[in-house]
Amino acid sequence: MMNVWKNVKIKRAFHQIRMEKFFKTSLVLIALSILILVISFLLTLVVQSMPSIKALGFGFLVGKTWDPVANVYGTYPFLLGTLLTSFLALLISIPFSFAIAIFLGEYFPRGWFSEFLKNSIELIAAVPSVIYGFWGLFVLVPLVRSLEIKLGVTPYGIGIFTSSVILAIMIIPYAASLGREMIRMVPSSLKEAAYSLGATRYEVIRAVILPYAKSGLMAGVLLSLGRALGETMAVTMVIGNTSLIPKSIFDPGNTMASVIANEFTEAASSLYLSSLIELGLVLFLVTVVINLIGKRIIKRFTTE
Amino acid sequence: MKPHIKYRLGKSKFFKAIVILLSTLCTVPLFLILFYILREGITRINWHFLVNLPKPVGEAGGGIANALVGSLLIVFFAALMAIPVGVMGGIYLSENKKSRLANLTRLAVDVLQGTPSIVVGIVIYFWIVKPLSTFSALSGSVALAIMMLPIVVRSTEETLKLLPASLKEAGLALGLPYQRVILRIVLPCGFSGVISGIILAVARIAGETAPLLFTAFGNPFFSTNIFKPMQSLPLLIFNYATSPYDEWHDLAWGAALILLLWVLLLNIITKITTRRWKIQF
Amino acid sequence: MENTILKSVDFDAYFGENHVVKKVNIEIPKNNVVAVMGPSGCGKTTFLRCINRMHELIEGASTKGKMLLNNEDVYEMHPIFVRHKIGMVFQRPNPFPNLSIYDNVIAGYKLNGMKMNKADKDVIVEQSLQKAALWNEVKDSLHKKGTFLSGGQQQRLCIARAIAMEPEVLLLDEPTSALDPISTSSIEVLLQELKKNYTLIVVTHNMQQAARVSDKTAFFYLGELIEYDDTKNMFTNPQDKRTQNYITGRFS
Repeated sequence: MMNVWKNVKIKRAFHQIRMEKFFKTSLVLIALSILILVISFLLTLVVQSMPSIKALGFGFLVGKTWDPVANVYGTYPFLLGTLLTSFLALLISIPFSFAIAIFLGEYFPRGWFSEFLKNSIELIAAVPSVIYGFWGLFVLVPLVRSLEIKLGVTPYGIGIFTSSVILAIMIIPYAASLGREMIRMVPSSLKEAAYSLGATRYEVIRAVILPYAKSGLMAGVLLSLGRALGETMAVTMVIGNTSLIPKSIFDPGNTMASVIANEFTEAASSLYLSSLIELGLVLFLVTVVINLIGKRIIKRFTTE
Repeated sequence: MKPHIKYRLGKSKFFKAIVILLSTLCTVPLFLILFYILREGITRINWHFLVNLPKPVGEAGGGIANALVGSLLIVFFAALMAIPVGVMGGIYLSENKKSRLANLTRLAVDVLQGTPSIVVGIVIYFWIVKPLSTFSALSGSVALAIMMLPIVVRSTEETLKLLPASLKEAGLALGLPYQRVILRIVLPCGFSGVISGIILAVARIAGETAPLLFTAFGNPFFSTNIFKPMQSLPLLIFNYATSPYDEWHDLAWGAALILLLWVLLLNIITKITTRRWKIQF
Repeated sequence: MENTILKSVDFDAYFGENHVVKKVNIEIPKNNVVAVMGPSGCGKTTFLRCINRMHELIEGASTKGKMLLNNEDVYEMHPIFVRHKIGMVFQRPNPFPNLSIYDNVIAGYKLNGMKMNKADKDVIVEQSLQKAALWNEVKDSLHKKGTFLSGGQQQRLCIARAIAMEPEVLLLDEPTSALDPISTSSIEVLLQELKKNYTLIVVTHNMQQAARVSDKTAFFYLGELIEYDDTKNMFTNPQDKRTQNYITGRFS
């Protein structure tokens, strides 16, 4: 009985051996094509920004005026806008992210409220950025405007500060969920040792858990920062889109991403377009480097 | 109790209270947003809203049929491109842990994952929009596929890596060819992880706007031609929300609620698949 | 030997620079149970995995020398054919968790994409499960997942899966080390049945088991084949000092 199938099996195997080679080759080709995709991605950006790099040189990054009509392309206002919004957002979000990380990682790893909190944080990451922008425009902007009136500054409503608040909400999940994982990885033997010496919960967190999870928390902050730097839609909708240098955090401005989003399809001259792409290249390099450093830290932390 | 110890315990309690307070506060903006979108959106959504086109400025009513169909088409073609490449790439990475190509590809995937979405839009503009000299849904799909790719590759790799080596060995020892072992044993055993990665990636790109600005571009009319500009939900929300017209704001609220529900649904499905399709070893 | 089925000639195996199997020459007679024993890390499992070319799947692993199955070097055949002829059962039972008991037995055919009619499949499944002494226990639950069985049943399912492919040689890598005593003895009884149709090579670190189940025994130490003889001789009158030490429990 089984012998009948033996011959079929052998015939089949020759076919399979050919398929096996084909399959293995296609796996390699696909991995290779992903690599080539990313290399050509970078090359496209570099090649397309060449006209601007050649024409403007270093002045591109330090020039304080962006005036496409006069063919002047200085991106300092956007660099400043990007740094201001991102770091302000980070400053606002970190206490919250770390609080969640400690809450879920140490105080209450289980329980319905922790599940609820965890799902809520995941939800914050899931909401599309255009929705944050929309909400910001219609709810946050009026709030900020009344705050500005109270403070006695020009009540734009939109601007750097509003963008930072929106960004802060959006980036909480990144540092929070990574921080939670890192805090969970602190060996309980270390914690027990500290407790046995009579330390309080707070002292254990400060002296044992946070120092141990330090680099992991740092990586979470870096990933948050990378997200904040590259975020486009929410910021574009509430930052005010002006190329003037912001004088205070309540002024409108522009970030690198928002200026690209606003002006790319309108860029008529080739130098204009090229300088926007160069801006994209700078943004790409900065966020990628920050992300890679963050990932390196996580990898080192988790394989220790 | 000594006052010193009392002080320390008090400090500990105070810290805990701060942590609980800050954590709880985080959920406030989320629910404010959800509540607001729901309140503003729910009154606009009806059958008419789903099957009609937007009306010109000044006329009330109108719907978002073009954006709904457009979103579905753009995301569908993006997934069609990204899933096979992503899953195969993930298989390669999990199967070749130390090879040089694997390390480089892994780096490439990390780079892609960290790339701001707006930059993807720029690159695809030069790859597809310029050569075809028209904005198109296809270019939008390619841009979204590139956003999707790293998520699918990574989740596939991570899932398959966790499967015991004995599974693969059992298959190979039976004289099964490599591709059958991978496709018929390893992949089905890691199915829940792979599929939840895919759904999560779809949820991610369904809400993406920035990569579509210079690719799919948007279109006020109904179109199913993937070589022509096409509307999508996020683009519609962006364009109408930033317009000065109240009627358009209304449409945008309705669209925002639909988009939100669709993204939430995908996230919930992800959760369910991970929980239900766990295979026991 | 007249009825030799498997023979290794100056066989070496490496993990990178690590020389784990050293110049092994051994002849396995047909329809015998050959036990391979030795302290852990002696290269016995590696040698077993070299026979059906599983060793080379590990990154950096390599081999040297000849492994002759019916006078044909398995290292000149495609691994798929080798593994059709030489089946393997692993230390931990590893039924495919995504398949039913029925599909597990027929996996070697089914997953190969072979189109078979139901009657033929039924026959193969029943015969294989009969031979693996599992039929009576599972005949009413053939379409349940294999992972619901007990450890010993799972291991017998793995044996059924291997013999469904009609191999000539069956390799068993410490097949009972993850099992309880009762399951162990049922597998040992089964081995005696199986040798009527197949040639069995069993790696074990359990001397009593080697003595109980095998016709011939090979003793490995630090990658070398120290002694190879009829089991009875080996345990009553070992020729080498190291074998003697091992048998009398002076190292392990």
